[in-house]
Amino acid sequence: MADGNGPGRISVAGLAFAALMLVLILVSIWLFIARPWWFPELASVRGGDIDGVFSAVLIVTGIAFIGVQGTLGYFVARYGTRGTERAGYWHDNPKAEAGLLIGTAVIMTVLVFMGQRVWANIYFTDAPPGTLEVQVTGQQFAWKFHYAGPDGVFGRTDPKLISQDDSNPIGLDRRDPAAKDDVIAVEMHAVVNQPVKVRLRSKDVIHSFFLPRMRYKQDAVPGMAILIWYTPTQTGKFEIACAELCGNGHYRMRAFLFVEKTEQDLNNWLKQQLAEQAGN
Amino acid sequence: MESQHATEHAHPQLGFWRKYVFSTDHKIIGIQYLITAMAMAVVGGLLSMLMRLQLAWPSHQWPLLGKILPVAFAGNVMEPGFYVSLVTMHGTIMVFFLFTAVLTGGFGNFLIPLQIGARDMAFPFLNALSYWVFLLSCIVIISALFVAGGAPLGGWTAYAPLSALGEASGPGEGAGMTLWITALALFTASGLMGGLNYVTTILTMRTKGLSMMRLPLTQWSLLITAILGLLAFPVLLAAAILLLFDRTGGTSFFIPAGIFIANGVRANSGGHPLLWQHLFWFFGHPEVYIVILPAMGMASDILSTFCRKPIFSYKMMVFSMVAIAGLSFVVWGHHMFVSGMSPFLGSVFTMTTLVIAVPSAVKTFNWLGTVWGARIRFTSAALFAIGFISLFVSGGLSGIFLGTSAADIYLQDTYFVVAHFHLVMAIAPLFAAFAGLYYWFPKMFGRHMNETMGKIHFWLSFIGVYAVFFPMHILGITGHMRRIYDPMFYDFLKPDRAMNVFVSVSAFALASVQLVFLLNFFISIFAGKRAEGNNPWHATTLEWETPCPTGHGNFGDQLPVVHRWAFDYSVPGAANDFVPQTVPPSGEKI
Repeated sequence: MADGNGPGRISVAGLAFAALMLVLILVSIWLFIARPWWFPELASVRGGDIDGVFSAVLIVTGIAFIGVQGTLGYFVARYGTRGTERAGYWHDNPKAEAGLLIGTAVIMTVLVFMGQRVWANIYFTDAPPGTLEVQVTGQQFAWKFHYAGPDGVFGRTDPKLISQDDSNPIGLDRRDPAAKDDVIAVEMHAVVNQPVKVRLRSKDVIHSFFLPRMRYKQDAVPGMAILIWYTPTQTGKFEIACAELCGNGHYRMRAFLFVEKTEQDLNNWLKQQLAEQAGN
Repeated sequence: MESQHATEHAHPQLGFWRKYVFSTDHKIIGIQYLITAMAMAVVGGLLSMLMRLQLAWPSHQWPLLGKILPVAFAGNVMEPGFYVSLVTMHGTIMVFFLFTAVLTGGFGNFLIPLQIGARDMAFPFLNALSYWVFLLSCIVIISALFVAGGAPLGGWTAYAPLSALGEASGPGEGAGMTLWITALALFTASGLMGGLNYVTTILTMRTKGLSMMRLPLTQWSLLITAILGLLAFPVLLAAAILLLFDRTGGTSFFIPAGIFIANGVRANSGGHPLLWQHLFWFFGHPEVYIVILPAMGMASDILSTFCRKPIFSYKMMVFSMVAIAGLSFVVWGHHMFVSGMSPFLGSVFTMTTLVIAVPSAVKTFNWLGTVWGARIRFTSAALFAIGFISLFVSGGLSGIFLGTSAADIYLQDTYFVVAHFHLVMAIAPLFAAFAGLYYWFPKMFGRHMNETMGKIHFWLSFIGVYAVFFPMHILGITGHMRRIYDPMFYDFLKPDRAMNVFVSVSAFALASVQLVFLLNFFISIFAGKRAEGNNPWHATTLEWETPCPTGHGNFGDQLPVVHRWAFDYSVPGAANDFVPQTVPPSGEKI
């Protein structure tokens, strides 16, 4: 049938396009199911929720992706022509359109609520009382970690006291009694399965505190002190990167998080840092 | 107005300079925009090649590049600062000086009067001025590559205070950044002149019988885009001026108190860095649609023409574009989920953002409905329009991950974002622009582009863009940050090396294939197959009533009168498989 709704002529171009759509679908399935490259190994409690949201969206978009690319490939292969045959003359289907509209809206609503549950858990819940707090300051191109020490009180800081060299990188006021036992380090230490609060600041431009294995990322903005908290679930050494362009050395703005086995290990490290600081 | 044009029409031929250079003819201005933007694309593309070179082979020695660019490749290795300036310039050039310019400046100017049956734009002089200001902005932005300190380091988003502190925050943040701001301010002014013209022309100069609901979708998309531009560009202009004040006037719009940089505390106080992000993205998100909407409109019309089938659900196509445009002003915060903005706003912006999936799904469904039961003529233009659909869907779907604020915590500022926006707002619009060029080339130059070369261009580009940009999603999933000079600096990114090499090699191949297009384009202007008659593609819209190439004044003594919508293809019982818009009711059988 040349006119109307029947199949058109199969053409090389149509078949080639359909074949490419098939390859695209198969390669995508391989990439997302065999996972030759995937998320770095998970090492925090709430990070698993983030991975869960990702998987939910992946299922929804994956079905849509295969459905649409597959249908497009099929139609293009099936409805070709090399001559002057006519297509069907129809151009409306309000019912199908309404169904699609409502269907998409429902799916998106479900995704919004799923995602917001995780978002709320991360941002709208407070860390348990007594959680260790670390004040993290970004600068071109390094991270500085400030611990309150045994007294649990952070010493006063003032940008005017920041030293030209690296001896007082965050402007800690050493005359403040609360500052006496404060530790300023170039690496971060925390304890496994214990929550840790991070109060993020920046000395100069915007940076972003990125812990890939914890699935955490938060911008450090000058003039703001932003609080996040998370609970590491594995001991070891973890990379911290800067995820916001901050200048020519952006790429090398790396630090490490060491997750210790026990609180005692953390305290030993703090003591050692304090002794080194006093020695300087 | 009309009699004035009629007399102009009868005037003796203008000289070369008035006709082709300082022209107020919308078609010449459109072609000027197209060719200028193509030149900018070559520059922007070459910059990205250098980026891919570094990402695949970090710290590799390139003696030849060391000779050509002794400062950028000091010791034959790319400088980190140079890499970041490549990122900045590539993004800026492609977003503004290629896509915005080619789709609205190029196709908008060329097509609006032709498709609405007018002799020219409402304000031809303003139109010409808009091009010349655009050209000036191109010169200014390119000059940023050559000043002391080099091009700026802030990315195309130029986040403050990195962009506000001058050279203290890095080389390139001095003169380079000032030129960047100046170029954007000029570009914005040019865009405003164009937008004013497009809206006025489409609303007031449509020919008799061409009601709004008879407009081709290209015209709807250009109208909506122009309105978006008029509402969004002034915000960018204002932000750019405030930034300039912060840099040179000692103000503190974006600079908070207590900043310590380059061994000193700054005297500024009272500003807020997030203000820049809010202003930038209030403009920046509509800007995404300023690029994608005309692409959607053109792809829809071209698809219908070569499917020989009416566009499916014309009304919903129009309403969905209006909906997308409206929503584009209430979603900007999804660029800022982890910026330090109140997390309550994050919840709101997630909701508004995912709503965009609804009109986008409607459009996709309607494109599929158009192809269903079609009789596709596989011209180069048709292939690029079909490719557009596939790419828009791929890029659009990955946006749902990023719009979900919880998933975005991890994916923000990774290659997942790079993959998403390249597919949806760069590559998909690029394909629509290619479709438009192959399609309207005969109307512009009276000749066809070579179809064999066009098809080679399509197939290799289609495979190429997927090979380059699809794997970037996976890089993003591994946590690969964007805008970093050396991914191998991080242990967790070491496994990405092979993927980066694959992407880079694919990118070099993809770029080489574009030479086929450039050759085809420029050779065909002079030596292409001559277009037969006014309407070589057997299309229905008004521009095909005029000769190829269309002369000054567009239409003859009488402006065309429109009797029907733009999609009467394969009308049962009609003598031809297309019925032009000018054919009176029941005149199609003759």
